[in-house]
Amino acid sequence: MTIPGFEHAQPLEGLVGGLMIGLAAAIMLLGIGRIAGVSGLTARATGIADSGPPRSLAVTFVIALVAGAVLVELVTGTIEARFPPELWMLVAAGLCVGFGTRMGSGCTSGHGVCGMSRLSQRSISATLTFMGAGIATVAVMNALGKGW
Amino acid sequence: MRQHLLTLVAGALFGGGLAISGMMDPARVRGFLDLFGNWDPTLAFVMGGALAVMAIAWFLQKGMTHPFADAHWHLPGTRTLDRKLLGGSALFGIGWGLGGLCPGPAIASLGVNFGQVASFVLAMLVGMVGHRLLLERR
Repeated sequence: MTIPGFEHAQPLEGLVGGLMIGLAAAIMLLGIGRIAGVSGLTARATGIADSGPPRSLAVTFVIALVAGAVLVELVTGTIEARFPPELWMLVAAGLCVGFGTRMGSGCTSGHGVCGMSRLSQRSISATLTFMGAGIATVAVMNALGKGW
Repeated sequence: MRQHLLTLVAGALFGGGLAISGMMDPARVRGFLDLFGNWDPTLAFVMGGALAVMAIAWFLQKGMTHPFADAHWHLPGTRTLDRKLLGGSALFGIGWGLGGLCPGPAIASLGVNFGQVASFVLAMLVGMVGHRLLLERR
């Protein structure tokens, strides 16, 4: 299935994957009463954060997250992935994402999926902010000839 | 034990969903942020699907006294919009645009694209530790 004008988009795969992500977040919410926020769970699993869910739960989530993707790769054969061409981009991006998600108390999953669907003003503001900053960053990189 | 089992299922569904949706492809995620260039709307469909399910979940949650496998809810109650929230989110967005990666897809990629994603994940953890050292007072 394709969208005219955006032939490279994958709306159906996106929707199916999105429903799975929503179901995962719903299981976390209704099952154990917690937000499925990957930045927070990662910080907790690695011991970088002291507060949050019991560490064993965070570790379980992180391992399962990796396993779920591996399972899809085993079944479908391959997962398309085109990474940034230069190492400095990956390193600078990682530093910003790590520091920023802790400072802003969440990322695309916690604020974007869980918080926005709760109509949390904080999460809606956070999501608009990181999407805006991301769009601006890509535009600037393109203008500098560093698009990829 | 029940909590761990539920978390295991949720984590695997989340990782599988990221893989199927194309969100583990940094160039595709970057494409969504390339609004003024070669825009790729796929992420909007992912977000739409996830939000639709979660909107129902929050509706159901309102009618429950406690989650299935716990006696209490553990949900954030902060309501204030502050500089920390917006500044942190802006910084996160800059990194997201630079690398086409946010924490979920990055962690999920460790099992299938370790060599390519390892430097990002390591830098992300360093950034998290940096935040703790610089901004979190005990």
